[in-house]
Amino acid sequence: MSIDGLPHPKKPILDRIPVASHIRQSVGLQRTMLLIGVVLCAAFVLTAVFAPLLAPFGFSQISDDAGSFPAQAAPGGKHLLGTTVGGYDVLSRVIWGSQTAAAVLVAAVLMSIFLGVFLGLVSGYVGGWLDRVLVVIADAIYAFPTLLVAIVMSIAINKGQSGFWGGILACGLAITAVFVPQYFRVIRAETIRLKAEPFVESAQVVGASSARIIGRHILANATRTLPLIFTLNASEAILTLAGLGFLGFGIEPSSAAEWGFDLNKALADASSGIWWTGVFPGLAIVLTVVGLTLVGESINDLNDPRLRGRKRASGTSSVTGANAALAAEVRSS
Amino acid sequence: MATMIDAPPPTVAPPKSKSAGGGLGRYILIRFLLIFPTIFILVTLVFFLMRITGDPITAAQGGRLPQEQIDALIHQAGYDRNLFIQYIEYLGNIATGNFGRTISDGRPVIEMLTTFGAATLELSINALLVALLVGIPLGMFAAHKRDKVPDAFLRLFAILCYATPVFFAGLLLKLVFSVGLGWFPVAGRASTTTELAMGRLGAPTGIYWLDALRSSDLAAFGDIVHHAVLPAVALGLLTAGVFLRLVRTNVIGTLGKDYVEAGRSRGVSEYRLVTKHAYKPALIPIITVMGLQIALMLGGAVLTETTFEWKGLGYQLAQYLTARDFVAVQGIVMLLAVIVAVTNFVVDIAAALIDPRVRY
Repeated sequence: MSIDGLPHPKKPILDRIPVASHIRQSVGLQRTMLLIGVVLCAAFVLTAVFAPLLAPFGFSQISDDAGSFPAQAAPGGKHLLGTTVGGYDVLSRVIWGSQTAAAVLVAAVLMSIFLGVFLGLVSGYVGGWLDRVLVVIADAIYAFPTLLVAIVMSIAINKGQSGFWGGILACGLAITAVFVPQYFRVIRAETIRLKAEPFVESAQVVGASSARIIGRHILANATRTLPLIFTLNASEAILTLAGLGFLGFGIEPSSAAEWGFDLNKALADASSGIWWTGVFPGLAIVLTVVGLTLVGESINDLNDPRLRGRKRASGTSSVTGANAALAAEVRSS
Repeated sequence: MATMIDAPPPTVAPPKSKSAGGGLGRYILIRFLLIFPTIFILVTLVFFLMRITGDPITAAQGGRLPQEQIDALIHQAGYDRNLFIQYIEYLGNIATGNFGRTISDGRPVIEMLTTFGAATLELSINALLVALLVGIPLGMFAAHKRDKVPDAFLRLFAILCYATPVFFAGLLLKLVFSVGLGWFPVAGRASTTTELAMGRLGAPTGIYWLDALRSSDLAAFGDIVHHAVLPAVALGLLTAGVFLRLVRTNVIGTLGKDYVEAGRSRGVSEYRLVTKHAYKPALIPIITVMGLQIALMLGGAVLTETTFEWKGLGYQLAQYLTARDFVAVQGIVMLLAVIVAVTNFVVDIAAALIDPRVRY
């Protein structure tokens, strides 16, 4: 990044695209894991985008020209992955579910980045009582079980009733409430560090306004860590959405297919030995989260020189769990 | 971060900033005082958010009674008064230790919390045991076999543990071990006879296996363990993955230290090096992470309890939320906030005692 204004020799295009350059950098096991992750993520995104073409039926379709779908039909024949007790086609709901998950993911991450970055910059730059109040609030929310924060937010926003876009927005906002404190803390710590840098001081001396300093000088430097937090958070967003859906605080089942909700309905089936209604949406969640985690972690490892090599000892207290890496970063800041 | 420069405010320091001076005593005091704003903020947030979600009377009677009657009931219960007045009243009640009665089933909140809290505590202890028993040995093994095939598999296992939602893990366990093999019961904390026996005990702790042991009722104890296995594994695996990776990373770190090398040169066996020399210093960061895991576990408990119909706080919370039972939800959130805040306090103090550099 040429944020310091110095001319840099142009690197080949492949080295400047984040994930592509990471693949070139990686070796051995790390490369295999990153590649698996990229493939899983690509599959998830493609399924979400082309869901209308891929799904054999609509997500709330229970009959076609040949009549009503059978209830709890075993996998095979017309319904490749079987049907649910309500006669929904499991395959179609799994495919449409990826679209819901992708939409919520994008909404949640965009909103958290916007809010978290804004609050972090202001809080870190302005300081004083505003900073102290925001930090205490962020810490309180951060310490609390994320799922509970999301549940309370979700009920407060949609009151349990909503259509497709309303539901996406409500779930996105609920997850945002969970993530904002994390973005806030990272950006605030960076801002405080940057505030003491000479280039900010010289901007102040020249008479640049606070808004210009924050927007131009600090923002560009403080947001370098964002892609990393994004990849680490994306998997958590999917899990939170599934948890909300599972507890019945997610999107209305008639307005969108949602994996967590389908798993909840599948619980009752499990006792009578009907496995296909739960196993497939569950696998969809697991594969998506594994893909996002593999990509996020590989990038994290590759960006950290201590973890990059094969035979080098890693830092004694570095925690590389998807959650924990972020937690450690946030905690130490 | 050493680069962070932040002027220490005179009274309440922002929790994550560093100040130059101050001994351990001052740090503990400030850290202790910070518990209260945390609880206060969460209780306040939940109070107002729950009020936005609707009211318990509409949730219970909506559609069944004419609107005028519902309005009259709401007025009678006082839910149409100024929110701020209700809030002050609520804070006053808390300050005097009056948590009220739940709206939907009319139980005293304190009694509700102790009954269901014990069930959640039992589930969490069981799950933590599973997590430690699975995570620590596997983590040491992975560190020992670093970058070889078993290590790759264990890393994948750890990612799978994290990526599998508790309710999906629970569903799979049920399908295989309850429905398929018939080894374990599908749901619940104990069979009906055991539940009744536990109910008859005088001064119960509410933690079933402890009560069964105290009354030396071995049949009941067996039954309780039988029921506890699947939920504990479902919730425990979630945390086991985190422990596995943590132990692995830290043991690898200490295995590279000079004193381990010295031990190796003296002919100490590789097994002993991993389990004795490298393992103990690697445990320190686990204490910190265990604190973080408490919050994760409480969140996971809500899902696990719903999956296995385990009548604990999480199961009840979902019910009370649906009924818009302000009083019950506030009580549960208050308890969770206290647990989380106190755990974080203890963890931070433990970290400060172990490593003086942590002090702010």
